Amino acid sequence: MSTLEIKDLHVSIETEQGTKPILKGVSLTINTGETHAIMGPNGSGKSTLASTIAGHPRYTVDSGSITLDGEDVLAMSVDERARAGLFLAMQYPVEVPGVTMTNFLRTAKTALDGEAPSLRHWTKDVKEAMTQLRIDADFAQRNVNEGFSGGEKKRVEILQLELFKPKFAILDETDSGLDVDALKVVSEGVNREHGKGEMGTLLITHYTRILRYIKPDFVHVFVDGRIAEQGGHELADRLEEEGYDRFLVPGTATTGA
Amino acid sequence: MAETSQLSTEIAESPSSEAKVAIDGFTEEGENLSPLNTGTEQHGARRHSHGDEPVVPEASRGERLKSYRLADFAPLTGREEDWRFTPLKRLRGLDSKPLTGQGPTVTVTGASNVQVETVDRTDSRFGSAAVPEDRVSAAAWEAVSTATVVTIPEETVADCEVTVSVRGTDNTVAAQHIIIDARRFSRAVVVLDHHGSAVLAQNVEIVVGDGAELTVVSVQEWDDDAVHVSSQQAKLGRDARFKHVVVSLGGDLVRLTPSSFFTAPGSEVEMYGLYFADAGQHLEQRLLVDHAVPNCKSRVTYKGALQGKDAHTVWVGDVLIRKEAEGTDTYEVNRNLVLTDGARSDSVPNLEIETGLIEGAGHASATGRFDDEHLFYLMARGIDEKTARRLVVRGFLNEVIQQIKVPVLEERLTEAVERELAAGNY
Repeated sequence: MSTLEIKDLHVSIETEQGTKPILKGVSLTINTGETHAIMGPNGSGKSTLASTIAGHPRYTVDSGSITLDGEDVLAMSVDERARAGLFLAMQYPVEVPGVTMTNFLRTAKTALDGEAPSLRHWTKDVKEAMTQLRIDADFAQRNVNEGFSGGEKKRVEILQLELFKPKFAILDETDSGLDVDALKVVSEGVNREHGKGEMGTLLITHYTRILRYIKPDFVHVFVDGRIAEQGGHELADRLEEEGYDRFLVPGTATTGA
Repeated sequence: MAETSQLSTEIAESPSSEAKVAIDGFTEEGENLSPLNTGTEQHGARRHSHGDEPVVPEASRGERLKSYRLADFAPLTGREEDWRFTPLKRLRGLDSKPLTGQGPTVTVTGASNVQVETVDRTDSRFGSAAVPEDRVSAAAWEAVSTATVVTIPEETVADCEVTVSVRGTDNTVAAQHIIIDARRFSRAVVVLDHHGSAVLAQNVEIVVGDGAELTVVSVQEWDDDAVHVSSQQAKLGRDARFKHVVVSLGGDLVRLTPSSFFTAPGSEVEMYGLYFADAGQHLEQRLLVDHAVPNCKSRVTYKGALQGKDAHTVWVGDVLIRKEAEGTDTYEVNRNLVLTDGARSDSVPNLEIETGLIEGAGHASATGRFDDEHLFYLMARGIDEKTARRLVVRGFLNEVIQQIKVPVLEERLTEAVERELAAGNY
């Protein structure tokens, strides 16, 4: 069993207007087998948390810590974090020119495992996972994400999740831009991998609809860079009914009460 | 493809602001739309030194001066349309000095059923495919006393590829002439393999006979100080298939002008190019496809990578569809991948269309950077930075390498690209 522990994390970014703090003290502990949902309005810092865990160079950690089984994640480079078992399913996967999916998947798998996968098993695994996610076979020969639709890109992210088998998966708004069918396919993929009991999942979402397919054990509500409230699955139900209004800072809300 | 344009000479990628038209009435000069003329700086590179001077455009690419006589071409100033990107000083006299050097040694190996000769310049095959279109080419034409002729006899399939090794041994300005004569219904792959050190003006004449199928691969793996200016003109007969592949990796200045002239219907041309410029290198390719007869097809794909300070690549793709060339089908594309700051890539596709009765005509050009987001994506999947960069560049250039279809050569060039990457500290 593994533990991903985030303690009092403060993160800022450089903007044209100067340094802007985004996360203002976030603490969170995820264990293998748990699914945590992070919900919140736009601009609350959800995606910043995801990118910071993965090590995106745009974000500066001012204080706090992230550890994986006691190891200092913040001291690791981006690729070291991935090899340590962290996986970020990106909100906006980039197109990588000149690199076919086949080549990319095999190179990544080799890097993650420290040895090339056995060709026979690997080809079979890739084919199976692609079929289950309803990804056309010809994608394997196409360049990474090049010309893929929004939904196709997200499915390919989950394909990687299933093939790379991380200790912790961070899903950054994987549900956004998906129609209902694609949402189901993608959710099934996450559930399949999670169901093996060897992964912890951090699900970041703006909407509650993905929580009909992926059941979180814990729900954390992000507001203005902090966790404003947390609870079990019932908190998600309440958010679905009430929205984020009650978390908005007094004075900025236009309730008129 | 979205970029395909019919009946248009516009360049989609370039802003067409205040083109400097030197002659009244000539408003559709494609090359005038180059970003260079509007003073755009690219990738942190300085503006080109003679970009301020007005360039006198030709009315049409088809009207460019052709002559065997050096005297017909005025001395170069750098303001000529077709020399404006070339740093003339670095030609080391190819355009101005008598080309009296010994020149590189030529060794032909490979197929046993092709004919190899050295002929003197009274041979009737001189001029069977080409007429010089620029001063350096004309200078070389006048200077040579012999030519190497490779003939693939009629209805002969070469039993393996033919390698013409061109090895430079000194830096005196020299001229060279090579003729490749693929007779009717023959099939062959000919590799021009340039290496060593040289200052060379070269004419390569290529005859692709009726129904012949010929691939010519010109590899420039010169030493760092080499200068190479090469005109490679191909004349295609009826129902011929011609594939031309340029691979430019080494040399201080390499300028290739490959041209394909259709003379009878039913022929197809594929022209590929791969170039990788390091710091200080100037790699230029200007190609022409002349659709002068009906129902021919051409496809052009050139890809380049650049790294290091003052690495400069130039790609100019002229496609001419003359009035007679009904049923033409043509598409050309150039892609450049800029790996570091300080490199500069010029890309100018030109399409001149004189008839509306064509199958299709289009062009595309894009110059992109390998950026931090690509790197982040690959590294977030466990791939280290060095491997990530190699993965991208190798993949990008591989599309062209795959076209060569000579396994030994493909392997060698893949390794050469790897070395280029390694030299860039990736």
